[in-house]
Amino acid sequence: MTTQRNLTYAAAIDEATCLAMERDNDIFAFGIGVDYSSAVFGSMHDANARFPDRVMDTPAMENSLTGIAIGAAAAGKRPLMIHLRNDFMFLAVDQLVNLAAKWRHMYGGKAGHLPITVRGIIGRGWGQGATHSQSIQSLFAHFPGLNVVMPTVPADAKGLMLSALTAEDPVIILEHRSLYSLEGPVEEGWIPTPIGKARVAREGNDVTIVATSFMLVEAERAADELAKMGVSVEIIDLRSIRPLDHETILASVAKTGRLLVADTSWVSFGVASEVAAIVSELGFHHLKAPIVRLGMADCPAPVSHVLEQAFYPKPSTITARVAGLLDIPYTVENAPTYVDNFRGPY
Amino acid sequence: MALKSSTETRLDFYRRMYLIRRTEEMLAERYKEQEMRTPAHFGVGQEAVAVGVCSTLGTKDHVYSHHRCHNHYLACDGDIGQLAAELYGRETGCARGRGGSVHLTQKDKGFIISSAILGQTVAVAAGSAFAFHLDAKPYVAVTFFGEAACEEGIVYETMNFAAIHKLPLLFVCENNGYSTESPLAARQPEGTSLCRRAESFSIPTMSVDGNDVEAVHAAAAALTESIRKGGGPAFLECSTYRWLEHVGPYFDHEMQRTYRTREELEAWQKRCPVAQQRTRLIDDCSMTDTAVEEVEQDIERIIEDAITAAKAAPWPDVEQLMKG
Repeated sequence: MTTQRNLTYAAAIDEATCLAMERDNDIFAFGIGVDYSSAVFGSMHDANARFPDRVMDTPAMENSLTGIAIGAAAAGKRPLMIHLRNDFMFLAVDQLVNLAAKWRHMYGGKAGHLPITVRGIIGRGWGQGATHSQSIQSLFAHFPGLNVVMPTVPADAKGLMLSALTAEDPVIILEHRSLYSLEGPVEEGWIPTPIGKARVAREGNDVTIVATSFMLVEAERAADELAKMGVSVEIIDLRSIRPLDHETILASVAKTGRLLVADTSWVSFGVASEVAAIVSELGFHHLKAPIVRLGMADCPAPVSHVLEQAFYPKPSTITARVAGLLDIPYTVENAPTYVDNFRGPY
Repeated sequence: MALKSSTETRLDFYRRMYLIRRTEEMLAERYKEQEMRTPAHFGVGQEAVAVGVCSTLGTKDHVYSHHRCHNHYLACDGDIGQLAAELYGRETGCARGRGGSVHLTQKDKGFIISSAILGQTVAVAAGSAFAFHLDAKPYVAVTFFGEAACEEGIVYETMNFAAIHKLPLLFVCENNGYSTESPLAARQPEGTSLCRRAESFSIPTMSVDGNDVEAVHAAAAALTESIRKGGGPAFLECSTYRWLEHVGPYFDHEMQRTYRTREELEAWQKRCPVAQQRTRLIDDCSMTDTAVEEVEQDIERIIEDAITAAKAAPWPDVEQLMKG
C-alpha cells in the first residue's frame, strides 16, 4: 500500500502546516491577509479551517510584526509569519538581520533559541513589475544566523516546512508563486526534508546544472531538450541556500566537469555567484570549461509583456548556454515554447 | 508626590537605586582604563525609572531594554558580576562576552534582552505580550525606550497592534531630552506630547517625574494592575536626565561638549533620584545617617567584589568563536 499521492505545491504547504500545528499548540500563523478565503494562494485553506484561532490577519506592519514574532518566540511560542510577496520583507530587515539572525550568538546562547519561520512568496511575470517579483534569497543568506530555504517540488514544500516548524533557529522559506499549482508526489505523514541538503533531481554525466526554485523547472525543460541532442545533464535542486550543501555540488562537478548555475534572482552578488565561487575555490581542478551563471537580466523587472519575455531566462537560454559549454551548435529559434497558463491578476 | 510607603519599601527602593548608581559609577571609573572594550551607555541619573517600574514586576513578567540598559538589568536583579564580566568580554558575562554592554540578557530574572537598535525591542516586547495574550497568562511585558525611539515608525506599528489585541504591554518612555547630542527641538515639533500620541491609539497614559522613584512606582503599579486585569496596553512617560555623556564614562563638560550646559546638569543633579530617596529615609522614616551608610557600605562591597571577580574571569575560548 503506497502512502504517496500527487499534491500541488500549495496543498503540500497546507498539509505540512496542519501537521505541524496539530503536533505543536505553540505554532500560530500571522501576516497580512493570511486568513482570507484565497488562503495565501491556496496554501492555507486547511490550516484556516482547522485552526481559525491560530491563523491571524494583521495590519500592514512588517517590521514590528517580525519583532512581535521574535518576542513571541522568546516567550515560548513558535510563530509562522507569512508575506504574500517577499518584497515586503525589506520592511522587516532590521528585525530579521539585526536581531533574529543574531539571537543565539549575540546573547551567548543565554537568551535561548529563536524558533521563528518566515514565509515569503516570490512573484514572476504577468506584469507584476519591479517591486512584486524580486527573489531575495541572497540578501538573507548573506547573514550568519539565518537559514534560507527554497523548496521546488511539493514533497520539499512540505518537508522543509516541517523542518522549519521544528527548527531551533530562524528559517526563511522563499516559495515561488509559479510553483504553486505544480503537482508532484508527496508522502503522507511526517516526512521532513533536512535543511542544508541539496537534491540530485536528475542524474547525468556531461554537465551539472545547479538550480534554485522555479529555475529547476526551466532546467528540467532544457535538460529534456538537451537529452534529444545527446547531452546528459545532471540537475541539482539546491533547496537550501544557507546552509549551502557544498558536498553535493562538488561531487556533481567532479563527475561532469561543467557547471551552469541558474538562479531566480540576479547573478551579481547572488546565489549563482556564490555557487560559482565555491566551485572555483574547491573544485577548480574538476572544471573543463568556465562556469556559467544565469539569472534575471541585470535591471529592475519590467511590466510590458515583451520586455518581461526578454527579462527572464527561458529553458532555451539554458539549453543554448549548455550547448555553448559543449561546443554543440544550437539555434534558439527552433526551441520549444512553453505556455504559461497563469490567469491574472495574481 | 508624597506617597505613604513603609520604611521597608522605601529602603528597598533606595537600596536598588544605590546599587545601580554605584555599579554604574564604579564601572564607569574602570571603563576609563580602556579594558572594557564595548561602547557603554551609562544610566547614571535615570535610576528611579528602572527601579520604580521593575519593583512592580515578578520574574515571569518580561522586560526589554535598549542601549542604555544596565539600569533595567540591575533593577530586575540581574547579576552584577555577569554584567561586569560582559563589559570585560569574559566567558562569565551574561551573554558570554558575545553581546557587550548593549546586548544583555538574564532570562531567569525576566530580563529577556536589550538591543542597540532604536525601537527594535518595543516590538519584541509586544511579542512577549502577544504570547501571554494567546496563552491567557497573567503576565506583563515591559518595554523601556527613550523618547528618541518615539521618532521611529516601529513604535506606532506596535502601539496599533497592542491596542487592537489589548496586549498586556507597558510602554515606558524614559524622556531624558537628548538623543545623543540632539535636543528635542531638533527632533520633535513644538508642543509634542508623547502621551497624546499614545492616546490616539486609545492607549491610557500617565506622565510622571522620572526622578521620583515612588511616583514612578505608583504610576507603574496602577498601570500594571490595570494591564493584568485585561485593560490592555498602557504608556508611562518618565521625565529624567542622563548625567554622563551619551556613550562613555565622562561628563560632557569634561569632554568640552557644549550641546548642553553644565548649569542644566547641575539643576538636574539637585533633583538626584538617589539623594531624594535617601532624604526620605532620614527625614520621613527616622533612619539615621549611620544606618543608611551601613546599607551603602554593604552594597559597595558587593559591587567591588563582583567587578574584581569579573576582571579575573576567564576569556571565551577562541575555538568557540563560531558556536552560538
